[in-house]
Amino acid sequence: MIPARRGWFGALLVAALALALLFLTLPIVAIFVDTGPLDLVSSLGEEGALEALRLSLLCSATAIVIIVLVGTPAAYLLAMRRFRGRAAIVTLVELPLVLPPAVAGIGLLAALGPNGILGGVVKDAGLELVLTTTGVILALTFVAAPFYLRQAQAGFEAVDPTWLDASRTLGASEARTFLRVAIPAAGPGLIAGLALAWGRALGEFGATLMFAGSFRGITQTVPLAIYERFSTDFTGALALSAVLVAVSAALLLSVKLLSGSAWLGGAAR
Amino acid sequence: MLRVEAATRLGAFVLDVALEVPAGSCLALAGPSGAGKTSVLRIAAGLVRPQQGRVSCGDQLWLDTDLGVDLAPERRHCGYVFQEYALFAHLRAWQNVAYPLRGLDRAQRRERALTLLERFGVAHLADERPRTLSGGERQRVAVARALARRPAALLLDEPLSALDTRSRAAAGRELAAVLAETGVPALLVTHDFTEAALLGDRVGVIDGGRVVQQGTAGELAAAPISAFVADFTGAVVLTGGAGAGPGGLTEVALDGGGTVLSTEPGAGPVAVSVYPWEIALAPAGSGRRGSAQNQLDVRVVSVTTVGNRVRVGLAAPQPLTAELTDASARELDLTPGAPVVATWKATATRLLRL
Repeated sequence: MIPARRGWFGALLVAALALALLFLTLPIVAIFVDTGPLDLVSSLGEEGALEALRLSLLCSATAIVIIVLVGTPAAYLLAMRRFRGRAAIVTLVELPLVLPPAVAGIGLLAALGPNGILGGVVKDAGLELVLTTTGVILALTFVAAPFYLRQAQAGFEAVDPTWLDASRTLGASEARTFLRVAIPAAGPGLIAGLALAWGRALGEFGATLMFAGSFRGITQTVPLAIYERFSTDFTGALALSAVLVAVSAALLLSVKLLSGSAWLGGAAR
Repeated sequence: MLRVEAATRLGAFVLDVALEVPAGSCLALAGPSGAGKTSVLRIAAGLVRPQQGRVSCGDQLWLDTDLGVDLAPERRHCGYVFQEYALFAHLRAWQNVAYPLRGLDRAQRRERALTLLERFGVAHLADERPRTLSGGERQRVAVARALARRPAALLLDEPLSALDTRSRAAAGRELAAVLAETGVPALLVTHDFTEAALLGDRVGVIDGGRVVQQGTAGELAAAPISAFVADFTGAVVLTGGAGAGPGGLTEVALDGGGTVLSTEPGAGPVAVSVYPWEIALAPAGSGRRGSAQNQLDVRVVSVTTVGNRVRVGLAAPQPLTAELTDASARELDLTPGAPVVATWKATATRLLRL
């Protein structure tokens, strides 16, 4: 709808949006302007670059699988049931959203590190977390999970509750209703949460550095590799940044395409 | 036989009902919104658990709070038609109908679903998604889905209210036929008395969580127990067959005898609707009086004073109700069994196609 008359206020809105767009896209544009296609290819050939990319994808994908498997039923419970202490639980689950990544890293060390409160349990289980790939996955899961939980909860809250009732009266148990009705109906919300969480996991830096360190081939994900090169090889850091932007954008785009496809698009009310 | 007894606190008021619906018959619970109608259905289906209650269907006990019995909704075999139909938007029409079918392969499920959709004349819409269907089509898919599991009882929440007035009459007639055909007890709730009268073999008027009166629609309209029921029952509904009458009017031959005229067009089976306050009574044999086109020889069945009005139940032989002032009722000296003439104008006679 276009207003009949545009006054100074309309102009202000347009100016604000233009400013925001310029500011937010400028750094991304600069990365690509400064990096030629040749730099991109050659930077990937450099030792450690592909290794870092592989590690980033592996760790973030593993973290996302864990987040979705545990987070989906947890978010369903938070969305569907009203119980005592629910608001407190929601706040606690969302807390990592506002936690500085360095604090998250320290917290993970204090909890699961060798001298942490659960350090003994971790050691008895034969697990090595600190300075290992498993540690990276743990850090990514911790930091990214709240993004998925929040979106998934909102997605489930938007599902028409009579659909769930209808499913029950049609002979489906609670579990079957969850799988066959709630998940497809909340599909777009779940996918959006997945995209946000994955994006956050790919970009994770602080908590990984504190908890898992930065060892090439073991814990050095792309953001850590960028930081390592930054002091010695600015062009290389720039090229690796371009790769990360491209991968993240491709991820976001494919998720958007997937959620717009027929089987999930049909679930949007 | 479906039996529902429940006593429970529902927000601001207490729901306290005891209902029985014989197999093959339909009890229509009618009442204003917020009267607790839907809660009765939800209790029967197991979607809500009352503080005190007992629900049984045939020889199956579904709920008994005293015995600690409470079957999950999926284990109570009842078909529930929700108010807005609650079709799953992510599934096609046939997949909605096939949803309750288990232990069959995809081809068999599709075939069963198509058979059911065929029965409601919507098989050609099997591959459509709910949002592309009209209200009437959705209703048919929803009823087909509710019947797919061969339910032991049917629960219907305002099955016609989501339809526009045009398709409502046709959908109502179809639904009435389905209810009669399934042979299972059906419990229906509606805020519309006319709908209740058309679909229910018996009607219960529910207000403030209690069934204040139960009977046939004719009984309720003729002898309402309270002013609330009197107002709620509204129009009298008679059924008959319509055809062309004199002077461009429609003539309806009432089932059971008598004819009435209406200015509204109509042909074939119709429901004649007239408000009790439009009907005047005159002593029998007093001859044609006034401009009213409709004159029926009737007998007084009951006389009930409701506030400053008198409701006179009449047999014509279909039940008919007139509403008079206290003074005119006294003047006419109405007693049960007395013959009188009921008159009303053709312009006050509404026709609903059946």
